[in-house]
Amino acid sequence: MAIYGTALLSGCLIAGVVAGQMLGYLVGVDKNIGGVGIAMLLLIPGSDWLQRSGRMQPPTKQGILFWSSIYIPIVVAMAASQNVLAAVKGGPIALIAGVSVVLISFILVPVISRIGQPDAESVQSESLSVKDEP
Amino acid sequence: MTELLVAMQVLLAKYSLVTAFAVVGAMVWFSYLISDRLTRGRLHGSAIAILLGLLLAYVGGLLTGGKKGIADVEVLSGIGVMGGAMLRDLAIVATAFGVRMEEFRKTGISGIVSLLAGVIVSFIVGVCVAYAFGYRDAASLTTIGGGAATYIVGPVTGTALGVESEVIALSVAAGLIKSMLVMIMTPFVAPYIGLDNPRSALIFGGLMGTTSGVAGGLAVTDPELVPYGAMTATFYTGLGCLLGPSIIFLVVRTVV
Repeated sequence: MAIYGTALLSGCLIAGVVAGQMLGYLVGVDKNIGGVGIAMLLLIPGSDWLQRSGRMQPPTKQGILFWSSIYIPIVVAMAASQNVLAAVKGGPIALIAGVSVVLISFILVPVISRIGQPDAESVQSESLSVKDEP
Repeated sequence: MTELLVAMQVLLAKYSLVTAFAVVGAMVWFSYLISDRLTRGRLHGSAIAILLGLLLAYVGGLLTGGKKGIADVEVLSGIGVMGGAMLRDLAIVATAFGVRMEEFRKTGISGIVSLLAGVIVSFIVGVCVAYAFGYRDAASLTTIGGGAATYIVGPVTGTALGVESEVIALSVAAGLIKSMLVMIMTPFVAPYIGLDNPRSALIFGGLMGTTSGVAGGLAVTDPELVPYGAMTATFYTGLGCLLGPSIIFLVVRTVV
């Protein structure tokens, strides 16, 4: 049943947030430290194991997949409910942060490509098709 | 007539979350239409939709003088619930479903190095810019640093650390600008950064991290590279959500 999947997902999130809050308490800040990340680290091996051992029925998966498929709409709703007016008054900080991080990351691509150089096979599959734009 | 309008308002407010689903659905549909017709898919529909969301939030702020964007308009208050931390975190965690551990191992050392470098460099750049603009508290600095990672890492970090909505809005905007720039600029810079093989695509995905930006940018550059870039990029947001409000926040707090 779909609710099993949603319950698994919710359980992971709650456990993650609780762990994050406890972690925050341990290091002396009243904040949720990395809860969402911890929840993902619980869900990935958990669902992997359930699928491998054949314990996850398709409807159960649907209970998780639905939430991941409406992730972008939820982000749109999140964007629409922020204090953008105040942020715009805050000046060009977002623009400058966005532009500089992209430029620096572009520069890093060839730098990191040189580290741990190639297994020859990965270079083979170069494609020649340039024309077909999606 | 006015009575009917008022009755409608009450009704929509009562069904606020359902109203939100309908309105956001229409916005997303419209954005994908624009993406398809006006940009021929170059600018991904999701980026346009988020931009539209930010615009709507701006209008909401103008109309109501409130702090919750368009969600301050009573009829649309459900958008605040739909985009609130609770459902958002649930959806974000759900995207990790289906990620296989072997796939991660397949990305190899260069994938892991690029992911770590990408997340950490983004935070450093974002924190520095925020610092230059006068932010001094570790939570706000880390949140804007998260925005320079992706438009998800910023809000997740900001919510966990309890910063104000305007800082979160800034982090979303920074992440969105990053995503749109990657989409648009990738085909032009690809020849200069050696982005023409699966290995560099993989590294590119790990460094950029914005899945929509990477997928969109690579699709125009060379469609065959998309899965490689997308593979590492999908791990990026998760890693950012894990490191941002934890280790990176603690480091920033120590330094500031």
